[in-house]
Amino acid sequence: MENILAGAALLARWDVVIALFAGSIGGVIIGAIPGVGPAVAIAILLPATFSLDPIVGLTVLLGIYGSSMYGGALPAVLINTPGTAVNALTASDGYPMTLRGQAHRAVSLAYSASFWGGIFGILCLILLTPLLAWVAPQFGSREIFLAALLGIILVVLAYRGQVMAAGMLAMFGVFLQTVGLDAITYTQRYTFGMTFLSSGVNLIVVVLGLFALSQAFFLLVEPDDSPKPQPVSGSLFGGFKELLKHKRIATVASGFGVIMGMVPGVGEFTAQFMSYTYAQKTSKDPDSFGNGSPEGLVASEAANNAVPAAAMIPLLALGIPGEALTAMMLSVFYVHNVIPGPALFQNNIDFVYALYLALIILNVIVVLFLISATNLMTKIIQVPTRLLGVIILMLSFVGVYSLRNSLSDCMMAAGFGVLGLVLKRLNLPIVPIVLGMVLGGIMEVKLRAAMARVKTPFDMIDRPIAFIIFIVILLVLGLHMRALVRDWQANQKDADHDLHDTQIR
Amino acid sequence: MQKFTTLKTLFKRYRRPGDIVFAWFALAVAVFLLSQITQQVQFKQGGKFGSQPQLWPMVSLGLMTVFAAFHVLGSAVSERIAGRWQEVGKWLASIEYAVWFVIYAALVPKIGYLPATLAFAALLALRAGYRSKVVLGAIALVGLATVVLFKTLLQVKLPAGQIYEYLPDGLRLFMIAYF
Repeated sequence: MENILAGAALLARWDVVIALFAGSIGGVIIGAIPGVGPAVAIAILLPATFSLDPIVGLTVLLGIYGSSMYGGALPAVLINTPGTAVNALTASDGYPMTLRGQAHRAVSLAYSASFWGGIFGILCLILLTPLLAWVAPQFGSREIFLAALLGIILVVLAYRGQVMAAGMLAMFGVFLQTVGLDAITYTQRYTFGMTFLSSGVNLIVVVLGLFALSQAFFLLVEPDDSPKPQPVSGSLFGGFKELLKHKRIATVASGFGVIMGMVPGVGEFTAQFMSYTYAQKTSKDPDSFGNGSPEGLVASEAANNAVPAAAMIPLLALGIPGEALTAMMLSVFYVHNVIPGPALFQNNIDFVYALYLALIILNVIVVLFLISATNLMTKIIQVPTRLLGVIILMLSFVGVYSLRNSLSDCMMAAGFGVLGLVLKRLNLPIVPIVLGMVLGGIMEVKLRAAMARVKTPFDMIDRPIAFIIFIVILLVLGLHMRALVRDWQANQKDADHDLHDTQIR
Repeated sequence: MQKFTTLKTLFKRYRRPGDIVFAWFALAVAVFLLSQITQQVQFKQGGKFGSQPQLWPMVSLGLMTVFAAFHVLGSAVSERIAGRWQEVGKWLASIEYAVWFVIYAALVPKIGYLPATLAFAALLALRAGYRSKVVLGAIALVGLATVVLFKTLLQVKLPAGQIYEYLPDGLRLFMIAYF
């Protein structure tokens, strides 16, 4: 309780309050505009937050992360276009409800389910904190190395059908972080004699190029488009009342969100699918799923909104991000010399609680904002796509150039922008590159640190947690191989789908 | 919206036109980088294997090459999807906008953040096909708001334009500090 109060004291500042409003409302708007998404927004805003206090900067970014999925539900329900990729299943039940003239009910239910999931995720995080504070210090260099390795393996295997491409891109990310002057031996690595490469390839430059610039290019090379959602009439508070009828589904879905959010590489997609399947199997009307089922809508939205809080668990406790957005947030921690990991729980637990409380407050702000401003949002999401591309380019410039005032960074970001566009158009994942950079850096540092105590390879796994992680790695690889063999034996062709083509993740 | 019957279906990604072009390109890059390892990274005599500066470039590029080779193989044995070169045309078309971005970045230290942003916004909007005065005015306003937010309010580190040196004293300092 003392720590929670200390955390609340950290938030009692006018700049944090502004950050809470800016992050949460900004996140909703960004999430609601198809073609932007939280990754683009966080990438653009990252450098701007470096000059702010860590709690202020992280509050803005958390606000965007936690609230974007609320906003993403709006175009999913109204125009069958998910604002963020993780709202895809929301569209499958929300849009048929809109076609039946129940847009108001669907939107309201989506907001209330999102709120339920968001708050559930944060409460789980708060309850788990004492356990995390106990477990985290058990992780030394070897354990963190193995956990990062497990993270990379999971991220690669998550891209089923494109595992080879995902592996290649993850390894490209690992390679990128090795470029430049080696911090221990002071030798150049892959600089090709070019001075600007000596300081390495900056993660923010790569992130901005791959997520933000590529999205701008993506929008600019395609014909112009402008969504035209119909306004929503009536009070949106009714959804909370209806949600209580589906509280079992909402709670189980949020539970899936929490569990899956902690696992790198899977997150919202798996959580949504598992909760959707659970809801359908236990429903009295399973045939209505996919044709406007309120239960399906609740399952999908509650699950994906429980994920952001859970995704903070590996980041805060071990300093290991499980997906692109938390990887970006990690750089904010590093810039301010607040190193997430075991030490954070021992030395800055008030800071951790302040982040939790900020997450709760932003969920309240978002839901109140959406209930009062949904029709305003339907106007905002009508921005023509090519104009949006111009705006993203303008904003991205600030992010890239303000880092070091370097034209080389801008050129590099533009190059990664083109690469990102190619990957998006090819339906190939971008996230493995970013996670490869972050986790690759962690693995290199931790392996070097572990070398002092490692005489034989078996010493890497001679401690209980290290051994458990090693067994999990073997298990994951074994299960993947088994799935491949079964697929090959079954020789079944899956139907093509465009779920990943939005490529916002 | 597709219906998903299994978790595997949900996660599965499918190939798109141009996949094999990218696959070959990625393999060529991986092989080239790997071939440079002895020139581009030094081997530290007497150092532990885990601490060698060569270790991670070698591991990452080695695995990247293996994955890239399998990706090429996967693309080669898959059914051909029509529209490969039209797709490559789209990739090349995006380079134009990358050039726009670099020119914008090069102009900021010369003509200043505010003038460069307004010019960039208006010209690129024209290039994108917008002719309406309302849209052009709106995009200029967004440009102005961006400058005010980041440079004037948040004081993000951006250089002052060389052109500002020609302004009268008071205005010059004001422009350097805020725009």
